[in-house]
Amino acid sequence: MNLTYTPEEEDFRARLREWLGKVLPTLPAKPSPDDWPGRRAYDLGWQRTLYDAGYADVHWDASPTVRLIFLEETEKAGAPYVGANFVGLLHAGPTIAAEGTPAQRERWLPPILRGEEAWCQGFSEPDAGSDLASLRTRARRDGDHYLVSGSKIWTSHAEAADWCELLVRTDPRAPRHGGITWLAMPMDAPGVTVRPLRTLAGSAEFAEVFLDDVPVPVANRVGEENDGWRVTMVTLSFERGTAFVGEVVACRRVLGELAREARSNGRWDDPALRRRLGRLNADFLALWRLTQWNVSEAQATGGVPGVGGSVFKLRYSHARQELYDAAADVLGPDALDLGRPWTLDRLSSLSYTIAAGTSQIQRNIVAERILGLPKGR
Amino acid sequence: MRFQLTEDQRALRDGVRQLLARRFDADALRAAVRRPGRLDRALWRELGAAGFFALRLPEADGGVGLGLPEAVLAFEEAGRALLPGPLLATHLAAGAVPGAADGSVVVAAAGGGGTVEWLAEADVVRGDATGAVELRSVDPLTPLHRLPRGSGSAAADERAAARVPGPYTSPTGVPDASAAVLLTAAEQLGSAVRTCELAVQHARTREQFGRPIGAFQAVQHLCAGMLVRVEVARVAVYAAAVTADPVDVAAARLLADEAAVRGARDCLQVHGGMGFTWEAEVHLHLKRAWVRTHRTGGATESEEMLADALTAGTR
Ligand SMILES: Cc1cc2nc3c(=O)[nH]c(=O)nc-3n(C[C@H](O)[C@H](O)[C@H](O)COP(=O)(O)OP(=O)(O)OC[C@H]3O[C@@H](n4cnc5c(N)ncnc54)[C@H](O)[C@@H]3O)c2cc1C
Repeated sequence: MNLTYTPEEEDFRARLREWLGKVLPTLPAKPSPDDWPGRRAYDLGWQRTLYDAGYADVHWDASPTVRLIFLEETEKAGAPYVGANFVGLLHAGPTIAAEGTPAQRERWLPPILRGEEAWCQGFSEPDAGSDLASLRTRARRDGDHYLVSGSKIWTSHAEAADWCELLVRTDPRAPRHGGITWLAMPMDAPGVTVRPLRTLAGSAEFAEVFLDDVPVPVANRVGEENDGWRVTMVTLSFERGTAFVGEVVACRRVLGELAREARSNGRWDDPALRRRLGRLNADFLALWRLTQWNVSEAQATGGVPGVGGSVFKLRYSHARQELYDAAADVLGPDALDLGRPWTLDRLSSLSYTIAAGTSQIQRNIVAERILGLPKGR
Repeated sequence: MRFQLTEDQRALRDGVRQLLARRFDADALRAAVRRPGRLDRALWRELGAAGFFALRLPEADGGVGLGLPEAVLAFEEAGRALLPGPLLATHLAAGAVPGAADGSVVVAAAGGGGTVEWLAEADVVRGDATGAVELRSVDPLTPLHRLPRGSGSAAADERAAARVPGPYTSPTGVPDASAAVLLTAAEQLGSAVRTCELAVQHARTREQFGRPIGAFQAVQHLCAGMLVRVEVARVAVYAAAVTADPVDVAAARLLADEAAVRGARDCLQVHGGMGFTWEAEVHLHLKRAWVRTHRTGGATESEEMLADALTAGTR
């Protein structure tokens, strides 16, 4: 067991740190949360900056350790969040890289890396959330196209996306998991309607997407027809496996800020609060160690992240909520002020135990797939 | 960075596990419970011969010359097997107290948590145990003495240091106090691993309503919670063993205490009425886990240290 990095890795870290120090002060101001064209331009612009500096492909081509260093350093330096690039960079991209044909990789991967195209994820439906395999959006074959009809919901960043990783049912008679197909759908195709939904944090972070005989070329199918469930499992393992690394670093930074705020506003004198922050420090330290452990494992096995991601996600999503609850205690009445960033973060942390698989579903996965308990009911 | 067990570390862990399975199996555990307060000296010498106590002693001093990570793996196995005796005190005394390293001498230690484990069976006592009063120990496998109020503090340790054989820092440069907290956390981790295993085994086999109880989500979720706490504690303990940083050690302690105590409680719950019996192994894990949470100062100390580290800006 060791926690030291190789000289090459340390060198990568030093160069990245130096570059971030130079480039971050030159970035334009962040657009407001409801300015979707502005947010899209900002997020994609940051990706382009990374691309031009040679850092864009770190998500797919670099070793897991280098990726870890990249996420750690960019987050520590306060670089922009992936934002509208989340799905493209962190799961559609890796899925196409793993499962796509050479032509598909050539078509979709470079524009993601260059910050030219954003993706969203069209998995959930009004009647298929936790029970994703019950999805009903239909795709019927019409020559060299599929015609897709149905609706998707909770589609994050749908308004900013060019492409959607879409799950459709291609064989309604097949067993539930057997009739699903994974498609790349252009968001500007005829028949696509996006209706923004307002989140409890007040912004339009996700949307409902209505699909009315939308033509999608058969060539846009990743994997075989009716083999989409397997491809989806690859996608979800990326979503649960590596997507949270930067956020753990961010939470550790916030915890330090909280302690300093408490020192300056006098709340630090409360021993109960101090102990609570101390415990949260232990939690996030351990979550960081778990990240390093999982990355080392991925490095050793060279494969797709394993079910261990569920262990991480469970602890992390609850710790994140406790972190911002503690922030409210530090802030006192200011915790009721939407102008304080921590208040918005506290609201958005409420989604962490729901999005990307609820805590209940993650526990089912841990019980059945890691502990080998009998199939639940 | 390769934060995974090396081949050698795996081999060491498996070796300790096999030794304990052979010499301290379920029957031996029951027998020990029937003779509370008595230490198996033959087993103690075997542990000494296997290098359990001399693990971190430099080879030049007749030790095995390994580090904290290896000691942590050995103590995890000890915790898993519920191995009784003043393992920690004797391990920390290797190199300072003649005979501790090879298991021919049993060492107890006073100081830290206000109690002394295994005082009556010890050949050598480190620290000041004057005025210690025997308790009716909650853990049938850990005899306890209560120290008079005010002793066990740094000042008392200072005074006592003059009267004990050997220094209070281990030969490997890691302060004993830090190593004591970490190795205790390792034992807690092992205990949590075991109670999780026991719960899962029981949930797979015990049937109610015509199916294994492990098919019920309420039971599944208890077990999943246990595993999550185990894995989080595991990485915290292993990382602290690698860095030997007191802040990492404090974090390891909090997470391992949580994993052990809550794990034992949940394991008991999964066992139902059977879990409440003297016969089931679960209560022994819970009681030992409680004893360990009092060892080497309390959780508050660790929480305060972690809080301080936040404003120091180092973490
Ligand atoms: C902020 C946010 C962003 C999202 N972004 C996207 C996105 O971009 N693309 C996308 O496709 N989806 C997205 N989602 C959807 C998300 O994946 C689903 O909300 C989630 O899987 C839960 O599904 P549901 O909302 O239908 O809830 P339900 O499945 O109806 O669950 C309701 C409650 O029942 C519980 N429950 C359900 N089934 C079980 C069971 N078997 N055992 C125990 N408890 C159960 C759940 O845990 C939950 O507490 C997003 C969600 C949020 C909150």
